[in-house]
Amino acid sequence: MNLTLKVWRQKGANVKGALETYQVKANEHMSFLEMLDVLNEDLISQGKEPVAFAHDCREGICGTCNLVIDGRPHGPQQGTTVCQLHMRAFKDGQTIVVEPWRAAAFPIIKDLVVDRSSFDAIIQAGGFISVNTGQAQDGNAIPIEKDTASLAFDAATCIGCGACVAACPNGSAMLFTSAKVSHLALMPQGKVEHEKRVQKMVAQMDLEGFGNCSNTGACEVECPKEISISNIARLNRSYVGSVLSSD
Amino acid sequence: MSLTGLFLILFLVIHLIGNLQLLIDDGGRTFNEYAYLMTNNPLIKVISYGNYFFILLHAFQGILLWRQNASAKGQKYAVSTSNNASWASKNMGPLGLIILAFIVLHMWQFWYQMKFGGLPTATYDGLEVKNLYGPVSEAFSQLPFVIFYVVCMAFIALHLSHGFQSAFQSLGLNHKKYTPAIKFLGTAYSILVPLGFAIIPVFFFLFR
Repeated sequence: MNLTLKVWRQKGANVKGALETYQVKANEHMSFLEMLDVLNEDLISQGKEPVAFAHDCREGICGTCNLVIDGRPHGPQQGTTVCQLHMRAFKDGQTIVVEPWRAAAFPIIKDLVVDRSSFDAIIQAGGFISVNTGQAQDGNAIPIEKDTASLAFDAATCIGCGACVAACPNGSAMLFTSAKVSHLALMPQGKVEHEKRVQKMVAQMDLEGFGNCSNTGACEVECPKEISISNIARLNRSYVGSVLSSD
Repeated sequence: MSLTGLFLILFLVIHLIGNLQLLIDDGGRTFNEYAYLMTNNPLIKVISYGNYFFILLHAFQGILLWRQNASAKGQKYAVSTSNNASWASKNMGPLGLIILAFIVLHMWQFWYQMKFGGLPTATYDGLEVKNLYGPVSEAFSQLPFVIFYVVCMAFIALHLSHGFQSAFQSLGLNHKKYTPAIKFLGTAYSILVPLGFAIIPVFFFLFR
């Protein structure tokens, strides 16, 4: 299949960028990233600078492939990352616009690569359990209801890709932060530090320059792991509770 | 945002109940007596000052959020991601600003006249009250004012269609059992209450 790509090219962090047009021959079995590999092979053979794009596992679990494809984070498919998006989702002769995540807290490093260390800073502010909880527990040593375990697991599927921020009209990181808070809060090991964790992570989120949640719900539509905004409600009530009860 | 919003949602219901008395066909007596009560009862006076404060606070918080979010958003996408969220939810700021401008005009037109304007009075059973019914029926006999009020109610309906359910989510109230009910109630409220307000000028224009 013949495709026309409009790709965001930007030489560095503080340089002006622009969309550039390329032609690429792909086949429908390729993943979107493999199609970009083909484009880069072409560019290299022509002696041109290849397009910088971030990728790692290529199996939908690392959250590195951050591309906005035709205006949608991770492309037109529901519940997948870019590496899980195949070219059969597109038509022969189609024009595809590829842009990086756009948010003040995710500055562009080069072309399609953004710096997401603001997410790391949020995790470092409290997204962990301070004491060593030892080896993995024996199956039923700590009784946890199946429903609760499932809720925690749903939140824990967050791969920290940042699609929620990219989709949010406010550049807010509430879905990410709420998922990280939730999966710990629902487990007995994480409950102990829950209230302090909520306050620290929210404070760090604001410090990193993320926007405020106005409940548009755009994030949960684009989340490749389909994490629900009910997690944001949990974060909100935890935050109110921890502010009221802290001394 | 959510708490002040919910207060204003409650206020709108009370305001609507008051306004609907305009429709009673008694030359404005019920409405004028009601307006007298609202401006002279000490408890209502206290609540009304709270109400002015909450309107300003809600607007102030909204503008602050709008500014913070605009600077957090980053550069605009070449292709927009607009298919994800309702139009109203993404335009609460502009909608709010329009509504604020409406409130200023609305208060100048009726509230200021009632409080400080030299309105003619009417006397019912020996009680002399200001005849607020007069300027209301005069305003709503003019087509431009009728259109203006109806259009502004549409903006309020849009603002409420997102605001009502959003307030509960902001307070952390999201539950499988209750959230669908809240969303239904929010949709019903955002249609019925502005519709109730909009009926009044239309009714006055057509039948009075």
